[in-house]
Order: sequence, then structure tokens, then C-alpha cells
Amino acid sequence: MNAAVLVFPGINRERDMARTLKIVSGRPPAVVWHTDTTLPAGTDLVVIPGGFSYGDYLRCGAIAARSPIMDAVRKFSTAGGLVLGVCNGFQILCEAGLLPGVLMRNAQLRFICREVYLRVERSDTPFTRGYNAGQVICVPVAHGEGNYIADGETIARLEGEGRVIFRYAAPDGMIDPNWNHNGAMNAIAGITNENGNVLGMMPHPENHVEDAVGPTDGRGLFAGLADHLAKAA
Amino acid sequence: MKARVTVTLKTGILDPQGKAIEGALRSLGVEGVTSVRQGKVFDIELESADPAKAEALLRQAADKLLANTVIENYRVDVMK
Repeated sequence: MNAAVLVFPGINRERDMARTLKIVSGRPPAVVWHTDTTLPAGTDLVVIPGGFSYGDYLRCGAIAARSPIMDAVRKFSTAGGLVLGVCNGFQILCEAGLLPGVLMRNAQLRFICREVYLRVERSDTPFTRGYNAGQVICVPVAHGEGNYIADGETIARLEGEGRVIFRYAAPDGMIDPNWNHNGAMNAIAGITNENGNVLGMMPHPENHVEDAVGPTDGRGLFAGLADHLAKAA
Repeated sequence: MKARVTVTLKTGILDPQGKAIEGALRSLGVEGVTSVRQGKVFDIELESADPAKAEALLRQAADKLLANTVIENYRVDVMK
């Protein structure tokens, strides 16, 4: 795995992400600054971590989405490269037009920082091959704007094409409004683009990978990616 | 030349901030408010003195950055 973690002013989860990528794949990722115009040669995974890029000014992720490095990310993804956006990274991918829809203020108007349960909808993607379809994983969320919305046509396409990868669920995997913490449409927690090589998700799998911290349910995502990339190489 | 770009949420997009403000107005005793929608106003100064050029430039600014047209509409007003 030759991962590159992007850093924008105000991003604050890049170290968690870099640590996780190193622990799981054995290789520390390159850290790429937002004013760079190219990704390191040989990059096979771009990760946009969480935080508050540009202080969430204008709209979450809006300004970061228009940074110089994002042109390189766009080219990389068009060529089929894998891109993972977590939390603010998901917001940035939506603002950049690499994923459809938008993340609005949580329906309850509160910042939510807690563990949630996600139902993994598919295991046949590079991001979820470390899980079984229907498996429920426990990972944390920490966001004020995670309420996914899109127009009816887009939602129908996402559902019809199997592009909803993670959904907020009860611990037993049932979809229940009481467990849809931010009010996202169809309890959407993570989606992919049309080609399945760009994943955006609000929860933080990178924070649940070490026994010392507690649950390790996030590990499967990174282990699956490492496995996928090792096989592709 | 001065101009103003007003960005508002499209109809049907849930606006929890607007709802909270609506509730606060009610609790302050401001009667008769049936709905509040929150938007953004950008006051912009331009080099150009040509209103047509100014409008084109502001539309570009709004499409590229100021508004997310998935959820927002915008209006451009060039002050004469």
C-alpha cells in the first residue's frame, strides 16, 4: 500500500489516519500538502482525513475542495485510483463533485461524538472486503454536519446501483430512526461513486483499530484495502 | 462597483438552523412568524464598471464557490 494522506489547513485527524495506515499496512503513508499539484509517484490510495478544513467557512469542505491538490485527486480517481474520504474528507469529496449529495447540519443541531453501529451493506468492494455483507461494526463519529441529503433521483440511483456501503443501524443491524444519529436520508453513513473507487463516510474507522483503545472494528476496512492493493500489485 | 450575491436554500431542503431560529423567535414572544429559512449574503466590490460583465463574473463566482447548487439557489444584484 502506497497511501497518500492529504492535509489542508484545519484538518486534525491526519495523524490518526497515518498511524492506522502504518499499523495495518506496515508502511507509513506520504503526507501531501494541499498546495501540491501532484501526488507522489506510485500512490495507490488517497485518503482525505477528518477535521475542520478552513474552519468550515462558507460550507464544510467547500474551500478545501477547490485546492490545487484536488485536481490531481480528480485525475487519480478518473484513472481508477482508490480514494477514501472520512468525515470532513467525505464533505470535501461531495463539494469537489467526486461524490453526489451534500452533508447538512445534523437534524438534532448538535455535534455528535460517540460510538455508532454501522451495517456494512456490501463486502465486494475494495473498501469492505475485510467485512461480510450485513455485518454490524462499531466505530466512532464526531461531526456537526453529517446529515446526508441528495435529491430523490440521486438517492434512487445510489440505492439502485448498490452504492450505499454503510448505514447507521441498531446493534442488531436493523435500520431504525432512533439509531440514525444525524438524520441522514436512508440512514446513509457512506457511499461510493459510480465506479466504486471513491468512498466517502462520516464515521471514523481509523480510530477503532488498536486493542489498547477498545473495539477494533475499523481495522477490516484498512486491512481489506491493503489486501486488495497487494493483490492488484 | 458594488454587488451582492444572496444564497438561499432550495425549497424542500431541510433547514435545521432556520427551524431553531424559528423556535427561538417563538419563545421570545415574536408572534406571527410562520417560517424562517437561513441564507448567506456576500457583499462584493468589483473592478469592473460594466454591469453585464460584473453579473457574468458574479455568476461564475457563485457557481464555482459561493453556492452549492445541489442545495442552494443564488441571486446576483449589481448596485448601480
